[in-house]
Amino acid sequence: MLALREVSKSFGAVRALRGVSLDLTPGEAHALAGENGAGKSTLVKILSGVHRPDEGTLLLDGEPVEFHGPADAQAAGVAVIYQEPTLFPDLSVTENIFMGRQPRRSLGRVDRRAMRARALDLFARLGVPLDPDRPARGLSIADQQLVEIAKALSRDARVLVMDEPTAALSGPEVERLFGVARSLRDQGCAVLFVSHRLDEMFALCRRVTTLRDGALVATDVLADLTPDDLVRRMVGRDLAALFPKQDTAPGEVALKVDRLTREGVFTDVSFEVRSGEIVALAGLVGAGRSEVARAVFGVDRRDAGSVHVGGRPLRPGSPTAAMAAGLALVPEDRRQQGLVMDLSIERNIGLTGLKWGLLSRAAERARATDWAIRLQVKYANLTDAVTVLSGGNQQKVVLAKWLARRPRVLIVDEPTRGIDVGTKAEVHRLLSELAAEGLAVLMISSELPEVLGMADRVLVMHEGRLVADVPRAEATEERIVAAATGRPA
Amino acid sequence: MRVDRWETLVVALLAAVTVAASLGVDGFANGSNVGFLLLDVTEIALMALTMTLVIVAAEIDLSVASTLGLCCAVLGRLWTAGLPIETIMPICLVVGALAGALNGLLVTRLGLPSLAVTIGTFALYRGLAYVILGDQAVADLPPAYTSLATQSVGPIPLMTLLVAALAVAAGILLHATGLGRAITALGANEEAAYFAGIRVKRIKFWLFVASGAMAGLASLVFTFRYASARADNGVGLELAVVAAVLLGGVSIFGGRGTLPGVVAAVLLLAVVRNALILADVANEVLNFVTGLLLVASVLAPNLKVRLERKPVQ
Repeated sequence: MLALREVSKSFGAVRALRGVSLDLTPGEAHALAGENGAGKSTLVKILSGVHRPDEGTLLLDGEPVEFHGPADAQAAGVAVIYQEPTLFPDLSVTENIFMGRQPRRSLGRVDRRAMRARALDLFARLGVPLDPDRPARGLSIADQQLVEIAKALSRDARVLVMDEPTAALSGPEVERLFGVARSLRDQGCAVLFVSHRLDEMFALCRRVTTLRDGALVATDVLADLTPDDLVRRMVGRDLAALFPKQDTAPGEVALKVDRLTREGVFTDVSFEVRSGEIVALAGLVGAGRSEVARAVFGVDRRDAGSVHVGGRPLRPGSPTAAMAAGLALVPEDRRQQGLVMDLSIERNIGLTGLKWGLLSRAAERARATDWAIRLQVKYANLTDAVTVLSGGNQQKVVLAKWLARRPRVLIVDEPTRGIDVGTKAEVHRLLSELAAEGLAVLMISSELPEVLGMADRVLVMHEGRLVADVPRAEATEERIVAAATGRPA
Repeated sequence: MRVDRWETLVVALLAAVTVAASLGVDGFANGSNVGFLLLDVTEIALMALTMTLVIVAAEIDLSVASTLGLCCAVLGRLWTAGLPIETIMPICLVVGALAGALNGLLVTRLGLPSLAVTIGTFALYRGLAYVILGDQAVADLPPAYTSLATQSVGPIPLMTLLVAALAVAAGILLHATGLGRAITALGANEEAAYFAGIRVKRIKFWLFVASGAMAGLASLVFTFRYASARADNGVGLELAVVAAVLLGGVSIFGGRGTLPGVVAAVLLLAVVRNALILADVANEVLNFVTGLLLVASVLAPNLKVRLERKPVQ
C-alpha cells in the first residue's frame, strides 16, 4: 500500500537514514524497532510528509509519490498518532475531529447535527464510548489519541502510523488502544507501530523492521524471533576501539546522590561517582535521566533526598551553589540551555566566570583562547557569534565554558548528540583525559556504544528508577537494553 | 566586533538634525534654548537609563511615570504635613524603590509577564497618587531646592550634569561589569543564563527596584523644576521613555542594546521636538514625527536581521 524504497535523509553532517526500504501492507500491523537515534522518528516524519527524502522514493499503491507537506500525506490517507496529541483544548471532541472539514449546510453554515452523528458513528466503529460534546481539555492522553484516530478515520486514512503511542498510557489503556488498532487492521488499514517496548510489538504486530544508525538491519516475521534476537538486531554492532577510556584508579567519592526524588519524575535515585571515574547513566528517552541531572545541579527542585559534593551537602535549587561546590552541567539542549546564541564565543565561555565588578577584557580573552585551543574549537574570531559555528564546535564551546571553571564533577547530558564522528571521537578523548586528571564524570547517553566504550560503570534507569549498576567488565549491550526496557536480565 | 549600525545612525541623525536646526530654525542655537532643551528632557533621560537595563533584560516597566506621580504626591503630602524637605527626599526614593520592588516581586515570584504587571501598577500607582494628594497642587516648596533644580553651570543645567554622571555609571554597569554581562545574557536567553549559574530572578528583581528608585529621583527633579507637586505629574512620560530606549537601538526582545545609543536617542527626540516647536509646527505633526522615528527604530533592526539571515531551507 505505502512503501519506501532506498530512502536516505541527512541533516547537515548527520546521516539520519541510509537507504532504508519498508513495505506497509493492508491488514497488517508492522513494528519499527531501533535504539534512540536509529532513525525511527525521521522515517515517521518522511511518511507523514514533514521531511522529504534526499534520495529514494515513496510508493503509494505502487506509484511513486512526493509529499510536499503533511497535507499531501493526509490527502494520500496517511495519519500519524503521536505520543502526545495536540488537540484544541477549548473545542469539543466533535469539533476537533472535523476541524477544517466540517460538514456544511447552505450558506456555508456548519451542520452540527450531521457532524455529531458522524462522530458517534466513528466512535461506534472504534468501539469506544467517548462523549462527542465534551471539550478536549481534561481528556486523558489515551482518550486524546482515540480522538486523533477518529479524526484519521473520518479522513478515510488507510495508513495509521503510531509513534510511541503507549509511552504515557496505563496498562488497560494500552489494551484498549491495541483493540482499536487490531480492529482497524482487520478493516484493511496498514498500521505502523513505533515503540520501545518489545512485548507490545510482539503482542500487536506481524512483522518488524529494525533500524540501526539510520540503516536497515532486517525485516523479520516476529513469530520467528525471540525478544533477545530483536535486542541483538537493535544493538548488535562492532565495538571498535573508537572510545578510548583510559584505565584509572578511582579516587575518593566526588559526587554522592542519596535517595533523590522528584515526585512523578524519578524516585529514590542513589549513586556515587568517584574522581577519575566516568559513570554512564543509560536508559530510554523519558526514563528520567536528564531530570536527575537537572535536580542534582539545582536547575530543578528536588522533593526528597540529598546531594553531596566532595563530602559536603549541596543546597537544593541553586545552580549557583552547585557551581561554587565544583559541579558543572553540560546540558542536553545545546542551543537553548548551553549557549546564548547571539553572544560571541568568548562571552559564552566567559559566562560561567562572571564576577560582580569590572570585567577585564584581557582576562576574558585569555580564558576563552586557552580553552578554545585546548579543545581545538574551529573558529574565525572569538568575537563571532556562536551561531556561525558547526554543532560540534558549539558543543566544544559549551564544554570550554564549563571546563574553564575547573570543576570537580562534570555532568554531561548527551555530549555527542548531533555532532559529526570526528568531533565525537575528540570529545570522547577529552573526557577520558579529564578523568585521568581526576575529574569525576557523569555521562548521560542514549548511544550504547558510547556508554560501553567510555564508562567505568553503567547505571541504568527505567521509568524513573535506577534499576541497574553494572561494572565495566560485566556491561554488555544486551544487559543494558534489558534493564532499560524493564525486562529481567 | 559587531558594528551596531543603528546606534551610529542615531548619532549621525542627531548631528544632522542639530546642524540643520542651528542653521534653519531661529532661536535654536543659543545658550538659553540649549539649556532649556537639556533641562526639559531630564526626567525622561533619568528613567531611560534604568529602562534600558530593564529592556535589555527582556522585561519592561510601564509604571515608571505613575511611580513618579506617586512619589510627587507623597512629597506634596508630607510637605504640607510639615516634615523637613531633607527627610522627605529620601522617603520619596524609598517609595519609588518599594513601588519597583512590588513590580519585581510580581514578575519574579509569580512569574507574571512584566508587560501585564506594570500595566496594572501603572494604574495602581497613579490612582494611589490621587488618593494621597487629591487634585491639589503643592507649590510652596523651599526656594533653595526649586532654584537648584533649574540652576546652570555656564550653559549646562546642573541636572544635566547629574544625568551625565548617572549615564556614565549605567554605561559602565551595562558594558563593563560582570553584572551587565549577566543582564545581557539573561535577556538574550534566560534559560542558558540560568544554567550558567546566573541568578536570573534576583537580578531582575533588583532591576525593577532600580527602575522604581530612579522614578523617585526623577520625581524630585520634576517637582522642584516646576515648583509644583501634583498627583498628575509626569502623565504619559513612560511612553516617551520607552520610545527613547527603543529608538536607541535596544531590542524589545532583550539581550541587545547600548547605553550610548539610548542617550543619543533621548537627545535626538529632544532636539527634534524643540526645533519643531520653535519652527511653530503644530503639536499633531510633532507627535507624528516622534511616532515615525519610533516605528522606524522598531522596524529597522528587523529589516536588518531579515536581510542578513538567509532563510533556512
